[in-house]
Amino acid sequence: MISIESLTKRYGSSTVVDAVSMSIESGSITVIVGTSGSGKSTLLRMINRLVEPTSGRVLIDGADTTSTPAHLLRRQIGYAIQSHGLFPHRTVAENIATVPHLLGWEKARITARVAELLRVFQLDVATCGRKFPHQLSGGEQQRVGVARALAAEPALLLMDEPFGALDPVIRSKAQDDLLDIQRRFGTTIVLVTHDMDEAFRLGDRVAVMREGRVLQHDRPGLLLTHPADPFVTRLSGTAERALRLLSLTTAGELAEPGPPEKRTVAAAASLREVLSDLIWSGTDAATVMNSDGTSAGRLTLARLLAHGRQD
Amino acid sequence: MSQRRLPALDPLGALLSAIGVAALVFLPFVVFKANRVVPGEARTLLEFLPAGPLLAFDLMLAVAAGTALFVANARWRLAVALLGVIAVAMAVAAAGNALTPPGNKVVRVAPGAGFWVLLIALGLMTTDAITRLRPGPAMRVLLLALFAAAAGLAFASGAFDHLSIMREYAVNSDRFAREARQHVLLAFGSLAAAVVVALPVGILCHRIPRIRAGVIGTLNLIQTIPSIALFGILMAPLGALAAAFPWAAEHGIRGIGTAPAVVALFLYSLLPVVANTVVGLARVSPAAVDAARGMGLTTRQILAHIEIPLALPVILTGIRIVLVQNIGLVTVAALIGGGGFGAFVFQGIGQTAMDLVLLGAIPIVMLAFSSAVVLDALVDLMNRAAR
Repeated sequence: MISIESLTKRYGSSTVVDAVSMSIESGSITVIVGTSGSGKSTLLRMINRLVEPTSGRVLIDGADTTSTPAHLLRRQIGYAIQSHGLFPHRTVAENIATVPHLLGWEKARITARVAELLRVFQLDVATCGRKFPHQLSGGEQQRVGVARALAAEPALLLMDEPFGALDPVIRSKAQDDLLDIQRRFGTTIVLVTHDMDEAFRLGDRVAVMREGRVLQHDRPGLLLTHPADPFVTRLSGTAERALRLLSLTTAGELAEPGPPEKRTVAAAASLREVLSDLIWSGTDAATVMNSDGTSAGRLTLARLLAHGRQD
Repeated sequence: MSQRRLPALDPLGALLSAIGVAALVFLPFVVFKANRVVPGEARTLLEFLPAGPLLAFDLMLAVAAGTALFVANARWRLAVALLGVIAVAMAVAAAGNALTPPGNKVVRVAPGAGFWVLLIALGLMTTDAITRLRPGPAMRVLLLALFAAAAGLAFASGAFDHLSIMREYAVNSDRFAREARQHVLLAFGSLAAAVVVALPVGILCHRIPRIRAGVIGTLNLIQTIPSIALFGILMAPLGALAAAFPWAAEHGIRGIGTAPAVVALFLYSLLPVVANTVVGLARVSPAAVDAARGMGLTTRQILAHIEIPLALPVILTGIRIVLVQNIGLVTVAALIGGGGFGAFVFQGIGQTAMDLVLLGAIPIVMLAFSSAVVLDALVDLMNRAAR
């Protein structure tokens, strides 16, 4: 549990982050979204004290972050950034081992952890570890950047636009992988982005920032149905907000008992994907299939459309 | 209709061949002097080479010219160029032996303009061939070591002992070793001192942008002072220092000699190292530094493990500039009693003995060239590691 208490950062006369208070649940993904200059990166960087707050404080599990020397605090918190920041003169394995090495882990433990992470991130353990960052593709570099951030098993991971430099296909894959990894390790993640789609896709909670203030910090669905500020509505986009809302729920969650249909959809698919599939196939109902091949029930177009309404 | 195609003419080969032919025809290969200071008279190859060797020599040079013109294979070009160098060296050694009366230590047989131009043409063909082969850094250093060993063996064999420069060497052999040591010590010592000071100054300039312009500007100003003027300027304060503190004078700090030479060379060395340290550090990816800080590396760890290693190729380039510059500048230090190979150069100029000038000048060129090759190889190696 992270408590941010009236955190403020001023540079001279300009206030970049203005008395932000929010609490972040352990094991959740919180996405801070906003336009550039909204103070979202500064807010993130105050959590691991890369930026020292002008006033206010951050408590991690009840402990004030200023009670630990900044560099020791940062070793306990994962940190991944947009341009990955890999060390070009060190191999992938050495890059990933950075924080465990700083923490004085035993060599065998470091080797085992590096191998585990390479496996988790679908990188070839035998060859990839010895490569230098410039020998990897952009997507691989980004994965190594996240693997490095997770190397010392941090309970909290801060990510500053981690997928900003990736092309849409690789980005979508990277987002799926992050969700998998978050489930596997149970890491608390605070992620900064300017991409609303990314925020809706990843966030258990989304905080919308503008001019240094958090306008709304809520579940993504509530951001759409109960926006606290016109800016929130504008940022989430009125043109496709119904579709966004549908994308937040899976077919499995909405399935109801009923007779089998010819058309089948996966339980993990979002309602948005199911809608697209029903339009494409010209049907108005489908059977929802679990990943093990059993039926989870039936989903009709009418029920689906009702879910995308404002209230 | 059949058409015979000539291979394309190599432009550098054409130039070198033309220069070589001109040197052979119009310039004296050796110069014979009755003693070391009188002007000499030209001697052509015909006058000292027997018919057989002369034919072999001309044939070798013809093959070299043909290879330079028409052969594209770099290995062949290198082999032929090296054989050409050996032929020219053997011819000049033969001239020394043939033209010196037995037991006579007064006459001088000096390599003439023709010899030097041929040697330079073949040397350029050699380096061009090596460049075309694109050897790795380790290979380049190995080649340099092989050339140095071959040259050393050739001189030690005594084949060139009748030539004027080796005569000067024989007379000055004790001093040669001493001046060589002094030259290397001055060049490398002032470089080492400059690196120890310039590296931290460069790091400070990187960290505190406010002082950067002032520091670089001051060092730039020092760089514009002509070397002789700087040696002169330093004589007064160092002389005063020695007069005021006998302790300093006892330790060799005087207005003339090694002290002003080291100080001047040190001052000249600062700018390239400081400037390259600043540029090298500025080139380090900000994302890597941000990530390092975010992961909990301390400022010192970031400097030692991230910034310096990544800036090292650029810093080494600065050190290479300084080393080559210093090896040349040490020559001038001889004027204020600093010693080094420059002592031979200025003594030679004073006595109008060109052979003595060359005894000083040739090792300086060789030393600068070798240092450049070794440090370039090192920079290359670093760049490969820290890409």
